[in-house]
Amino acid sequence: MTAMRVALVGNPNCGKTALFNQLTGSRQKVANYAGVTVERKEGRITAPSGRVFTVLDLPGAYSFDAASPDEMITRDVCQGNHPGEPALDQIVCVADATNLRLHLRFVLEVRRLGRPMVLALNMMDAARKRGIAIDIEQLSQRLGIPVVETIAVQRGGAEALVRQLDGAIPHVAAVEADPAADLHAQVRQLLADTVVMPQRTAAIDEAIDRWALHPVWGLAMLAVVMFLIFQAVFSWAAPVQDGITWLFEMLGQNLGAVMPDGLLKGLLVDGIIAGLGGVIVFLPQILILFLFILVLEESGYLPRAAFLLDRTMFSVGLTGRSFIPLLSSYACAIPGIMATRSIQDPRDRLTTILVAPLTTCSARLPVYTLLIGAFIPRQSIAGVFNLQGMVLFALYVLGIVSVLAVAWVMKHLRRDKSEHALLMELPSYRVPNARDVAIGLVERAMIFLRRVGGIILTLTVLLWFLLNFPGAPVDATMPAIDYSFAGRIGHALQTIFAPIGFNWQICIALVPGLAAREVAVSSLATVYAISAGGDVATQQLGTIIGGQWSLATALSLLAWYVFAPQCLSTLAVIRRETNSWRNVAIAAGYLFALAYLASFLTYQITSWLT
Amino acid sequence: MPSDQYNENYSYLTGGLAVRLSELAKGAAAVVEDVENTQLGDGIAKRLRDLGFVKGEPVRIVAFGPLGAEPVLVQVGYTRFALRRSEAARIRVVVEA
Repeated sequence: MTAMRVALVGNPNCGKTALFNQLTGSRQKVANYAGVTVERKEGRITAPSGRVFTVLDLPGAYSFDAASPDEMITRDVCQGNHPGEPALDQIVCVADATNLRLHLRFVLEVRRLGRPMVLALNMMDAARKRGIAIDIEQLSQRLGIPVVETIAVQRGGAEALVRQLDGAIPHVAAVEADPAADLHAQVRQLLADTVVMPQRTAAIDEAIDRWALHPVWGLAMLAVVMFLIFQAVFSWAAPVQDGITWLFEMLGQNLGAVMPDGLLKGLLVDGIIAGLGGVIVFLPQILILFLFILVLEESGYLPRAAFLLDRTMFSVGLTGRSFIPLLSSYACAIPGIMATRSIQDPRDRLTTILVAPLTTCSARLPVYTLLIGAFIPRQSIAGVFNLQGMVLFALYVLGIVSVLAVAWVMKHLRRDKSEHALLMELPSYRVPNARDVAIGLVERAMIFLRRVGGIILTLTVLLWFLLNFPGAPVDATMPAIDYSFAGRIGHALQTIFAPIGFNWQICIALVPGLAAREVAVSSLATVYAISAGGDVATQQLGTIIGGQWSLATALSLLAWYVFAPQCLSTLAVIRRETNSWRNVAIAAGYLFALAYLASFLTYQITSWLT
Repeated sequence: MPSDQYNENYSYLTGGLAVRLSELAKGAAAVVEDVENTQLGDGIAKRLRDLGFVKGEPVRIVAFGPLGAEPVLVQVGYTRFALRRSEAARIRVVVEA
């Protein structure tokens, strides 16, 4: 017997995903709907009778009059018009019992389809606490569909729903589908007849929002939250990252010791293990970042942050919703771009994706540290500020300014000038549920490892090939890397990069640096024939380039790293998240142009001044 | 500010003044009169109606954003929505006199 197909639909913030987690546990498959980057979540449940159900968690929607790609998917699947999705056997419409005035309207819209459906009144615990009394039997009768109570965040809170699904498929009579019928009037009538609500909002929301949305205290609170996230991402992750680096070095060394010298060893140790280590080292940062984002999202604070910043972001062509993706990009642009899925307007989403690579991601830090350490004197200004620190700060500011400037230019270049809607719901505050956060975290970690890991691994192997073939001849006078494809590419590139002051060593290092920015540091070390990795090598390298490069070259390379799309994984994620090579070309094109221009100006002006 | 003209047009019927939601002060309560389309097939106006901004619905201004009093946080029914000023200006409301 084939499994029955059931879908969960409902307004955003109705607790639908928590209910889905309660029903299916961790047995979930996360993918995309064919052709679009809308997340598709599917799970299975086995009812007490032994029947198996396939459950689809559809994106939240306010209306079938779709205003975003998410809502279109929900509409098409519910109506049975989605080409890639088989018809549903039953629809579970989820509504927040504390917000029936809004949610029942969508229930009525789904009800008009005349398909077998059941209404799950979710968050019944919160409703009872607020003294909301619902006459379930009467509501069920009036709607002509079964109604069950659920508490998604409580163990066993979905049992009534499973029992209902396990029974016979309810017969649902067709209703007049007069599109002009006033659904709001029907909702009011239903509420008047079946629900008693003592007060309009939860007192706790009022109290928290008075502070959280305050023009001064609200912004101060947001600054503290941001500071905590940054602190956590960069300091909590550090020991784990060191551990991962150590682990992969040990693995490489031990494997290198037992394997015979040769190509296979080189590929395995220098290519695959080193490459994987370079990716996984970012996992702790990404997990901590996503932990914060998930907790903020679950608690209901994220839309408040968007509320506080919307005006500022909107004036440069973004939206308040761009804030979190851009903040994430400071750790790494890849999770940042993945987080843009919460932006409904496709134009706002694309702008955010295209400017995300400009934020100062953590992979730029090793490059910045090396160059600043080698070229900027360690002197203090006015006895308080450290010159090196100020240069680093200036590079971060340059990143922020360029995000705003590029977004502003894109806003003015865009042909579609129609109004961008905000229309953002600020849901009730909730205590985040540990299981929901854990499931979300595992999901994101898997997406990062599977997709991005695969891409980086492929690129690392390719770059290893370019760096090692063809090998140096027996009578070699130059470092082996000079004879390789990468070396030849580097020398060829020098003609292009000479006007911005890059020597051939830098040009070669830029090639492997495409896999991940920080790889450029170890590549430079390789090119300068320094063996061994780690901090010692970085310091020696600093001394060498400090003696050999001009200040103009060093500053030019710093400017290059502010803008250049020196990270193929980011471009690959842009391709995946926008489904378009054109957007990849736009991103790569404008970033290269900006990088070249910035480096050219920096090099020429510094050369002229010094 | 509500003008005398509005007063003449509406006050005898509704006992209040019809203004735009974007003109209300913080904490002000009103009742929705209608949502205007700014163009043919105005998707934003349609969405506002779907979200519950329909005639007779009580609304209240809860908060403003820190810059230029934008966005506007509006309580409608049991839900709070953040609206930009241009969105809130589509909603005409009657302030109880």
